Amino acid sequence: MAKKVAIVGVGQTRCGRRDDVSMPEMIYEAVRACLDDARVSIKDVEAIVTGSMPGYMEGVNDPQYYLADGLGAFGKPLIRVATCGSTGGSIFHSAYFHVASGLFDVVMVVGYEKMYENDPQGTMMNVSDPPIQRPFLAGAPGAFALQCIQYMHRYNIPYEKLREAAAKISVIKHENALDNPYAHIRVKITEEDVIKSRMISFPIRLLDCCPSSDGACAVLLASEEAVKKITDTPAWVKGVGYAGDEQWFGDKDLAEWMPPYLASQRAYKMAGIENPRKQLDVVELYDPFTWQDFMWYERFGFCGKGEAADMVMEGVTTKDGDLPISPSGGVLCTNPIGATGLQRVAEAALQVMGKADKRQVSGAETAFASAMGGIVQFTAVTIVSVNP
Amino acid sequence: MSEVVSLRRNLKRNTLDVTVSLPYTWALGEVWTQFFEALKEKKILGAKCPQCGRVLVPPRKFCSRCFVDTSELVEVKDEGVLQTFTLVYYEFVNQPRKPPHGIGIIRLDGADTGFLHFIDGIDFSDPEKAAAQLVPGKTRLKAVWRDKREGTIFDIDYFKPI
Repeated sequence: MAKKVAIVGVGQTRCGRRDDVSMPEMIYEAVRACLDDARVSIKDVEAIVTGSMPGYMEGVNDPQYYLADGLGAFGKPLIRVATCGSTGGSIFHSAYFHVASGLFDVVMVVGYEKMYENDPQGTMMNVSDPPIQRPFLAGAPGAFALQCIQYMHRYNIPYEKLREAAAKISVIKHENALDNPYAHIRVKITEEDVIKSRMISFPIRLLDCCPSSDGACAVLLASEEAVKKITDTPAWVKGVGYAGDEQWFGDKDLAEWMPPYLASQRAYKMAGIENPRKQLDVVELYDPFTWQDFMWYERFGFCGKGEAADMVMEGVTTKDGDLPISPSGGVLCTNPIGATGLQRVAEAALQVMGKADKRQVSGAETAFASAMGGIVQFTAVTIVSVNP
Repeated sequence: MSEVVSLRRNLKRNTLDVTVSLPYTWALGEVWTQFFEALKEKKILGAKCPQCGRVLVPPRKFCSRCFVDTSELVEVKDEGVLQTFTLVYYEFVNQPRKPPHGIGIIRLDGADTGFLHFIDGIDFSDPEKAAAQLVPGKTRLKAVWRDKREGTIFDIDYFKPI
C-alpha cells in the first residue's frame, strides 16, 4: 500500500534566455528557491531525482556529474530519468515512488534545460530511429502536425473552425502568461496575429508553437510524517498515471491517441475521479502546440470526442471559466523542456496550496498536471489536491 | 575515431561556443537489410505477423503487439491511400529535403500499417490551397523512385498524388 505523499515546496527560476547563468548556477537557483520556500536545509533532503533532455541538447554526457553540486546531491542517492519531453512528469513520478514506498521521507526533484545553448530542433530531428523514419521528421511541429490533420479528418471538423479555436487558445494562454513572473513569452497578442504568423508546418503557425527556453524547476516531496514538520499547506499527490506508445508512426492511431487516455484513466482511478470536467478545478496542461489541445482535452475526458473546439469557443478554458487550462500560460509561453513537465506539477501544486499569486484560480482544490514526450509517445498525468 | 572540438569565446553573448562531431555506425539486422536490398529493385517489403496476421511496413523481425517473430516477408504495392500529412515551410537543421515539401503517412496497398515518407509534386505556394488537395482516407499516392538507387530509404524520392 502506497504511503501518502505531499508537495511541500516549489522553486522556479525565471525562464527565457539565461545567458546570465551557467547550467549549474541555474539549477542551484531553482534548488535554493525550493529550499527557501519549504524553509528546510539541503541536509534535510534525503535523495535527489533529476532529469533533462538527451545529451544532444546539452552537449554534456553524464550531466549529473557536472550538475551534482548545483543539485545539492553530495553524499545522497541521485537518479537521472530521461523520457524526452515527459521527463518532468517522469522525474516527479519517480520521486513520488521514493516517498510512497516508505523508504524516504524527504526527496527533491529537479528538472532543467538550457535551450538557447543549442539547436533544440536539431535534437528533435534525431529522436526517431536512424535507418528509416528519422529523415521524415520536421522537428516537433512536423510530427504533431501529422496528428492534428488526422484528428481534423477523423471527426470531420472544418479547418476554419479549428483554425479559429486554435488562435483563441493561443490568445488565452498568452494572456495568462502575463500574470506569471517566471514565464518566458509575456506579450499580448490577438487572434489575427496568430492566423497571420508564418507557417511552420501546416496547420501549425509560429504563434501556435511553444518557445525554446532556459529554466529550471525544483519540487520538494515529503511523507505524511515529514509534512507536519514542514508546512500547513501541502499539496497532496492523489494520483499518478503514465503510458507509452509504439515507435512506428504508421502503426499508431494518432487521433485516437492511447497514451493520454491510459495515463489519465490510471491517475483518475487512483485519485477517485470519475468526472474530470466536474471534479478538476484547474488544469496545467503540457500544451506546446495549440492544435494539439483539442486532442488533449478529449483524451483526458474534459469533453466528448470532436467537442474540444466548441469548449474553447464557449470560454470554458479561460482563467475565470468552468475549467481553467494553463493559468500559468502553459508550455505555449514557457518551455525549458526537461523542466517543463515539472513546472506543470509545480503550478498545479501552487494552485491547491493557494500560492499561485496573480494566476490563482479561486477556490482551486483539485488540480491536474500532464507531460508529453518522445514525439507523441509518452504521457504523464499527476493529480494533486488540498485534501490528503 | 575522430572528435573535433573547437573552443571559441563568444564575447557578445558571454558564452563558450563549441562544435562536437562524432561518427556512428548503426547495425541494420537481417530484416532491414532485406528491406533496403529490395528498394534497389523498386520493391517495398512488409513483414507478416503469424498471430495477428497484420502486414507490417516497414518490415521488422517481431510484432510489437503479439511479441512473437514475424513469419515471412511479403511485397506490398508502391502506392496507397493517404492517412495523414503535413506541409513543411520551416527549414529545420539537418533536414534532407528543402522546404516547402510534404510529409505523409501512406497505407500502401497490401499493408496494415502506414508508411512515413515525403510528399512532393504539388504546388506548395499557398499552404491552405495545397492542403486542400490532400484528403486523408481518399487521396492516393504513388512512389517516385530515384534512378540511382543505393539501398537506403532515399531510393524512394517522394510520394506523388495520382
